Amino acid sequence: MTTAREEVLARIRAAGAARPVEVPPAPEPSPQPAPETVDLFAENVADYRAVVERLAESAVPQRISSALGQYGVTSVVVPDGLPSGWLTDAALRVLADERLTAYDLDAIDAVVTQAAVGIAETGTIVLDHTAGQGRRALSLVPDVHLCVIRADQVVGDVPAAVRQLRPAVETGRPLTWISGPSATSDIELNRVEGVHGPRHLHVLIVGDEA
Amino acid sequence: MTRVALFATCFNDAMWPGTPIATVTLLERLGVEVDFPAAQTCCGQMFTNTGYADEAIPRVRSFVEVFGGYDAVVAPSGSCTGSVREQYADLARRSGDAGLSRAVAEVAPKVYELSEYLVDVLGVTDVGASFPHRVTYHPTCHSLRMLHVGDRPLRLLREVRGIDLVELPAATECCGFGGTFAMKNADVSVAMGSDKVRHIRDTGAEIVVAGDNSCLAHIGGLLGRQRAGVRTMHLAEVLASTAEASA
Amino acid sequence: MSARHTGPVAATTPTFIGMPKFPALAREALGNTQQRRNLAFATQTIRGKRAAVVGEVGDWEALRLNGAAVKDEVLAHLDDYLIQLEDKLTAAGTTVHWARDAAEANRIVVELVRGKGVDEVVKVKSMATQEIELNEALEEAGIAAWETDLAELIVQLGNDRPSHILVPAIHRGRAEIRDIFRTRMAAAGRPAPETMTDEPAQLAEAARLHLREKFLRAKVGISGANFAIADTGTLVVLESEGNGRMCLTLPETLISVVGIEKVLPTWEDLGTFLQLLPRSSTGERMNPYTSIWTGPADGDGPQETHVVLVDNGRTHVLADPVGRQALRCIRCSACLNVCPVYERAGGHAYGSVYPGPIGAVLTPQLRGIDNPIDASLPYASSLCGACFEVCPVRIDIPRLLVNLRTQVVDAHRGRPSAEGLAMKSAAWMFAEPGRWASMQKGITASSKLLRGKRTLQHLPWPGSVWTDARNAPVPPRETFRQWWQRTHGESR
Repeated sequence: MTTAREEVLARIRAAGAARPVEVPPAPEPSPQPAPETVDLFAENVADYRAVVERLAESAVPQRISSALGQYGVTSVVVPDGLPSGWLTDAALRVLADERLTAYDLDAIDAVVTQAAVGIAETGTIVLDHTAGQGRRALSLVPDVHLCVIRADQVVGDVPAAVRQLRPAVETGRPLTWISGPSATSDIELNRVEGVHGPRHLHVLIVGDEA
Repeated sequence: MTRVALFATCFNDAMWPGTPIATVTLLERLGVEVDFPAAQTCCGQMFTNTGYADEAIPRVRSFVEVFGGYDAVVAPSGSCTGSVREQYADLARRSGDAGLSRAVAEVAPKVYELSEYLVDVLGVTDVGASFPHRVTYHPTCHSLRMLHVGDRPLRLLREVRGIDLVELPAATECCGFGGTFAMKNADVSVAMGSDKVRHIRDTGAEIVVAGDNSCLAHIGGLLGRQRAGVRTMHLAEVLASTAEASA
Repeated sequence: MSARHTGPVAATTPTFIGMPKFPALAREALGNTQQRRNLAFATQTIRGKRAAVVGEVGDWEALRLNGAAVKDEVLAHLDDYLIQLEDKLTAAGTTVHWARDAAEANRIVVELVRGKGVDEVVKVKSMATQEIELNEALEEAGIAAWETDLAELIVQLGNDRPSHILVPAIHRGRAEIRDIFRTRMAAAGRPAPETMTDEPAQLAEAARLHLREKFLRAKVGISGANFAIADTGTLVVLESEGNGRMCLTLPETLISVVGIEKVLPTWEDLGTFLQLLPRSSTGERMNPYTSIWTGPADGDGPQETHVVLVDNGRTHVLADPVGRQALRCIRCSACLNVCPVYERAGGHAYGSVYPGPIGAVLTPQLRGIDNPIDASLPYASSLCGACFEVCPVRIDIPRLLVNLRTQVVDAHRGRPSAEGLAMKSAAWMFAEPGRWASMQKGITASSKLLRGKRTLQHLPWPGSVWTDARNAPVPPRETFRQWWQRTHGESR
């Protein structure tokens, strides 16, 4: 008896589709980022109704604290590898990711992560879930996601980001691309922010106070 | 001396003779000597688009024979021109006759929709027309998306003396004619046409102009049923007109 | 027909098999004024959004050309790419299954779920699983399949059918959705809040609360994939709400059902498709969330991942040299949103999970043209070409429709029909210019009989199909050919 695999492959070969195809090149990725790339990134992230702030590295701990305060956050989970000293607010319950279940995460208000890449043209943040970014559930279940990205992590466009992320993919890292807070347009095409993912996305761009 | 043939199209020939007559009048006024090869009948579009490819193939064969010897073929129809330029190659391939495919490849590029011929070949937009009426223009789908005539018809109309050209809302949306679609899916066809007619009436135009009498028959049929008092006219008829404003 | 062996078509499932033809379904839909209003508003809104973000891209046409050619390359060497994909998926720790048809795919998934000893799964919106009717198969096996996309939830709770690829509940207004949530949510889990109004934000909140308990306890997630990358063994899912991330991240086991045409050759090809898809689909620069995974990741998300590669008629499509470009489709639904026929007839009239222009070319190729609904789909278009103009992978839908119409006519040749007879007579008449000239004498004679009438209001059948709503023109007293003869004399 032939297997499904053998049969499907045989059908494909019998279909007679094999022929040379000339693939015209995709438009070239944009060159390395300029200062205006970061401006565009900030503008496009904000366009999704995420909150965007630009600041110096030294101001990060203070700004994290005030941002979380804005959302009334009392508990926050931090991934392994997030710079120590970023969460200094004594009023906050800060939890490390020590075998937290989905139910545990559901009871936590916020998460603070870093990022792998930012994309200016689309206002997208890419997490490759390495140190400082946590496993995927961390930046998904809590309702507030505060993400700190360095200005030099921002690339111009999608093809540039894709190229840069090949090594992460080849080593089996999952990726999460985030463009604004969770949203739906399923009801009369009316955009509503906040369904299942974090309803608040707050982005701090560090290292180039424009 | 370039040899220019008129491809009247069967529908115009039998039902809307005013359009090919206007085309001849206009081209002669512009100094073009036009021939009407009497052996022409139908381009076969009706067969092709309904699925009757076997019936369409003899039309392809006849078309390339009748028009093969001309330098240019002008047709006052976007969809019939589109049928020749965009569909004949597939039909010739189906026939399995390599000679027919070669003939199509040679003849098809020389077939022009009227506005293309005027603007691209003759290089004119002012054709010396005069038409003192309030007019709106509907770009037919095949002229727009198959032939990509763009704004050529509008550039021609803007130069017409006395014309009051008003923009048609949602102009690029299909009127719902679609050949046998108008019969096979009459309800949807009429629903689309009703929206088109509403937009036309909203412009306050006396006359709606287009480059295809088939679409205009559908639009005009709906306007007539509504007693809208809006007339339909082919682009060729407006461009051929030298009517002066009545005092 | 060539002697080529084509893959078998997919079965037209019981859901659709007894359906009337498109014109009858469309006529019914046209009578539903609420739905027509919903559709007209929604499609016009999204058209505008798409046009704006496509306009931002410097060289959209170059992206389209690249996207179309990459897909053609995949289709030209699909066997090689699938084998490469299988190798890479396996190397990454994913178990690969193959399914010839819907029944086989469903069997595989049901067995996998049963093996986990659970009686429920959470699902990410997926056209492939809808096509194979996986939910029905799971239900038969006593497994509850919870749809988690908001629109899918509306459709599932309402015991309804999806009517759009991207926005399956596009035919429903907010008040209808509120009623569905109020009356149906309780039976499926957490009831809708007492105070819920028909505000979209409140309806979304109700869905969030209703589904959260299901996400948190889910052991098995089921997804499709927008793209499957051959050279890295990576799957990609685009979504908006975060329900996808929940289903792809929280369960212990993830099963992805993927049509065999979803392959992209290289990771870098995503650079093109992640631009084409969101801009064409939701009219955004980027959709809120894209999840990308390459097998199970250590300590992160499902530790057991499966992929089911499904044919279900795709090899049949592949065997048609013209029609195969329908397999380029990335399910963006831009063609639905610009289609004047879809806007008025709605998605249900297309009798399949793939509505609109792409459905009209895909369904008859996947399922064949034996059933009346399937044979009527190629005619459900005015051939206006708006679909081809917006298609991000340049599927020439009008050309494919005409190709399929030819197949429908060819399949019925030899059986007498009024249309076939009319076409044959017309072909006979046009074959000789003399016959055509004689016919014209008849036309002008009829004009004289009509004596000065300017328009016709009632014609006998089949002309009545025209004159039910439209006046018909009266034939001229002199045809063009006769005028030319009179004014320009004998031509060559």
